[in-house]
Amino acid sequence: MTTTASTLDRPATPPAFQAVGGARKFKNILATVLVTLAFLIALVPLVWLLVTVIARGFEAVITADWWTHSLKGVLPKEFAGGAYHAIIGTLLQTVVCAVIAVPVGILAAIYLVEYGRGRLARTTTFMVDILSGVPSIVAALFIYALLLSTFQMGQSAFAVSMALVLLMLPVVVRSTEEMLRLVPQELREASYALGVPKWKTIVRIVLPTALSGVVTGVMLAMARVMGETAPVLVLVGYSKSINFNIFDGNMTSLPLLIYSELNNPNPAGQLRVWGAALTLIILIMLFNLVAALVSRFSAIKTK
Amino acid sequence: MAKRIDVKDLNIFYGKFHAVDRVTLAVPPRSVTAFIGPSGCGKSTVLRSLNRMHEVTPGARVEGKVLLDGEDIYATTVDPVEVRRTIGMVFQRPNPFPTMSIRDNVVAGLRLGGMRNRKQLDEVAERSLRGANLWAEVSDRLDKPGGSLSGGQQQRLCIARAIAVQPDVLLMDEPCSALDPISTLAIEDLIGELKKDFTIVIVTHNMQQAARVSDQTAFFNLAGVGQPGRLVEIDDTEKIFSNPGQQATEDYISGRFG
Repeated sequence: MTTTASTLDRPATPPAFQAVGGARKFKNILATVLVTLAFLIALVPLVWLLVTVIARGFEAVITADWWTHSLKGVLPKEFAGGAYHAIIGTLLQTVVCAVIAVPVGILAAIYLVEYGRGRLARTTTFMVDILSGVPSIVAALFIYALLLSTFQMGQSAFAVSMALVLLMLPVVVRSTEEMLRLVPQELREASYALGVPKWKTIVRIVLPTALSGVVTGVMLAMARVMGETAPVLVLVGYSKSINFNIFDGNMTSLPLLIYSELNNPNPAGQLRVWGAALTLIILIMLFNLVAALVSRFSAIKTK
Repeated sequence: MAKRIDVKDLNIFYGKFHAVDRVTLAVPPRSVTAFIGPSGCGKSTVLRSLNRMHEVTPGARVEGKVLLDGEDIYATTVDPVEVRRTIGMVFQRPNPFPTMSIRDNVVAGLRLGGMRNRKQLDEVAERSLRGANLWAEVSDRLDKPGGSLSGGQQQRLCIARAIAVQPDVLLMDEPCSALDPISTLAIEDLIGELKKDFTIVIVTHNMQQAARVSDQTAFFNLAGVGQPGRLVEIDDTEKIFSNPGQQATEDYISGRFG
């Protein structure tokens, strides 16, 4: 039996690792193109919206009056006045809403994660799920029926805040719940093993560990309810002047300003619409920025 | 300080599942008792029932008695929080509190218990860290987060945290299983020193470790999957490893199964 050099050079078995096949290469390129395309398509409306709002509202928000004056005594066709009253309104309504929704939401989440067992916990989770699916107009009508019709309260910013609470509560409960569930069980056990009672473990160990995520969730929930329009249309009246009283009188917020100025056919009205829209975006952006900073500041350090 | 533990006819259940069947054993003060046995035999469960930690798991309950110097820790009048303050625990994976500095981790038990005096807390921190053989390594960075330490250092930090509240008994649930051999040696040396002041019960999968650190060894086993774990025998470590009373123990320690 003779063996030539060429048969000796050839390996007895094919090599274990081979080049990437043509079909796999093709699929890889196809998938890469598809996901990149989808990303770009998703990006288009976002950029478009931002560019439009900035381009049309820019002129309004760069004036100092915009941030310091209301529209009191300003004629519809006059290029004057500002959105101070609406900014105050939006902030007041959001803060009052947060003061109620955040403690209730965080405590409910603590109940669900740390204590909740059995039927009550399941019911709570179910209700939170339902609440998170309630359209804002329904929340507004419910508050209308409850506070305005049943309890004979007048239209007020407080009623708006209550409707916003209904919308904010499930978001806060959900995000806090998720953050608390991320805290390892081992940390709770370590604390119990030191003879620390459960409530103190939650307050001093679990909450601080989850703090950064909880704060982020709250800030995002606030940014989310800021732009809600249905409650302000149903539950409070429009006013051109500043009102700090949440229980009495009309109070304009940014969405309400936009809505009312839409009926103003003058160029000045158009400018106010876009200016208010841009202001709303700026406010929400600031909230997100604060959320990011707070989250970074309270994040767990390992160095 | 250091108290004795007597376990009498202890049955442990998770819901309907009978996890541990009729364990009776005694742990003398100032000694190290090792629990060995195959996975799932209930040794960790028994350990966790010694300071009522297992009842943190929903549905878990025990029948029988655990006596600490003659006092039943499962009596209806006993507060489990008090039990855990008296019987400390170190876990399998190091679990320092991530939001706290090294110093705050060590004194966490006292601080959360209400002690405010800064000077006193600093003294306890130093004493505990020295007790856990960690002082030399961390004395210059007590304000750094606990998570910045290596795994072995973190585990010694957890031991320092456990002894800072001055418990009578220290339970250790596989304290070295996540550590490298050098850190393991450091912890084993530490156990030898802690024995002077504490009653120690340690669960380990490492039989050489059990032989090295313990005075008596308890061998747990289970008849089969789904069967409750039970105590096969408990005796002086030397006797268990040289001349065990039961065939199953000999099979296990000589590596014939498990």
